[in-house]
Amino acid sequence: MRNRIAFAVVTVLLFAAPLVFSPFRLDLLAKYLCYAVVALGIALAWGRGGMLTLGQGVFFGLGGYAMGMHLKLVEAGPGQLPDFMSWSGVEQLPLLWKPFANPVFALVMVVVLPVTVALLLGLLVFRQRVRGAYFAVLSQALAAAFVILLVGQQGLTGGTNGLTNFQLFFGLDLYDDADRRILYFTVVVVLGLSFLVVRQLARSRYGQLLVAIRDGEDRVRFLGYDPALVKTFAFAVSAGLAGIAGALFVPVVGLLTPANLGVVASLELLIGVAIGGRYSLAGAVGGALLFHYGKTIFSEQWPDSWLYVQGALFVAVMLWAPRGLAGLAGQLRDVIAARRRPAAPAPPVLEEVRA
Amino acid sequence: MSRLLEVRGLNVVFSGFHAITDLDFCLDAGELRFLIGPNGAGKTTLIDVITGLTRPATGSVSFAGQELVGRREHQVVRAGVGRTFQTSVVFEELSVVDNLDLAAGFRRRLPTLLRRRHGVSDDVASALDTIGLGALADRPAGVLSHGQRQWLEIGMLVVQRPRLLLLDEPVAGMSRTERERTGELLQSVARDHTVLVVEHDMDFLRRFASTVTVLHEGRLLCEGTVAEVQADPRVQEVYLGRSRDELDKEVA
Repeated sequence: MRNRIAFAVVTVLLFAAPLVFSPFRLDLLAKYLCYAVVALGIALAWGRGGMLTLGQGVFFGLGGYAMGMHLKLVEAGPGQLPDFMSWSGVEQLPLLWKPFANPVFALVMVVVLPVTVALLLGLLVFRQRVRGAYFAVLSQALAAAFVILLVGQQGLTGGTNGLTNFQLFFGLDLYDDADRRILYFTVVVVLGLSFLVVRQLARSRYGQLLVAIRDGEDRVRFLGYDPALVKTFAFAVSAGLAGIAGALFVPVVGLLTPANLGVVASLELLIGVAIGGRYSLAGAVGGALLFHYGKTIFSEQWPDSWLYVQGALFVAVMLWAPRGLAGLAGQLRDVIAARRRPAAPAPPVLEEVRA
Repeated sequence: MSRLLEVRGLNVVFSGFHAITDLDFCLDAGELRFLIGPNGAGKTTLIDVITGLTRPATGSVSFAGQELVGRREHQVVRAGVGRTFQTSVVFEELSVVDNLDLAAGFRRRLPTLLRRRHGVSDDVASALDTIGLGALADRPAGVLSHGQRQWLEIGMLVVQRPRLLLLDEPVAGMSRTERERTGELLQSVARDHTVLVVEHDMDFLRRFASTVTVLHEGRLLCEGTVAEVQADPRVQEVYLGRSRDELDKEVA
């Protein structure tokens, strides 16, 4: 019940935000909300499933580029090339781009591309029982490789500059404040739906199975489940969410560059979740919002200090609040409980162990 | 009685060390069999091979007509073989009921899996009754004592509805009353399952075993009733040969 009230209150606040915030601040909030959608996926994969994924940027990017390519083609008009292609001397629309002119295809790809990559990677990696730090390193390497690929294919991807200059988003004028409010509401609704989906997964038998695998993968095998499949499913859901978030990020921010989805960006997504609390969905969402809000504030005031603050925050959370901000209340309860009853319970009656 | 498990010509080698050598071993449906032997005899290794955890160098394990060697662990479970471990692993964050529900679940289809558990299924309720943890059903498994954990493990086995149960030292580290309780549980489970128990505890063996198989240094030493096995001079030598004290301790 308390959770429902909290959910309702947050929903009302988010819908009321345009009344309070300037269009500029509202855009920033919409951007943070995109990160919060990614955070939900991380909370599922990492918090519940124990998969330390340092490469969510890849899936964020796949969804983002799928959307960005469509928007660029709309902006260029039929038969025309996106602006950056002409600058790079590309004369014909690459084959890869052609289907993205279709809005339905682009929207489907926003989810299908990241999910497919996650499914293939997951089945390959989890079946080989790669986990823990090895999986983390592998996912991070994937992010690094993805950036190199994007930057290297200047004519195909816009290289380091990425995709910029979007005018329209499915009929919305991205330079009109009223239309931008609709875009903001879209992001809010997507976040709300994502939250409900992930919450349902986490509470279901599947969610319990996922936690069981996190805590004892080998034991779960002997319950007749294939942990590789169970983990791959959660990983794919987290990838799908990241893809959707990336696709919304493009019209919200107005550009997508390799820097938005590289190693650093992927780490930032993770740190936000760690700070908020990876075991709690609300914690993950709140952490992502707070972290990226903090980044904006600090970068506005003291641009050089943000990196240190970020590092210090991460270390502090790992040392003193491993369950994140959302876990602080529980931690406090444990401390109080430990103080209150310092005496051990009555000594157990000793029994002969062996005859 | 029909043959349920048939191990033929089994050899297991761990980097040069022969853990099991030319082992033939059979189990009939409905049997309650004890597997004993000094440390390093290959008892747990045999269970590991049957359940797919260890791959043998040569040999076959046929279970109800299906070959188990080469299958992955969860596939062996799905074929109908369940096991427990020497150190029990239950999911401490989940409640006792949820542990059982999870164990009962591998046959569930995806839509059921994606929903929350509502109520307690008949399988789980009856397992809860069998292992006598009804009063603790909604407590997290982390609060259970060592003995209760082993019983929960056995319950988690039973709800999987396996045709063969492999129990690895179920009474190790238990108190006298706990061992007594486990023995009764074992007998009630054995009434409608085929069970293979690895056990060190001679006292427990005498009370609850009917047929016993003795392994020694990776080979089959002898098979028979408890009395036959105890009278066998080779068995005495194996246990005596190691040290008189050890035998006294285990037989006393």
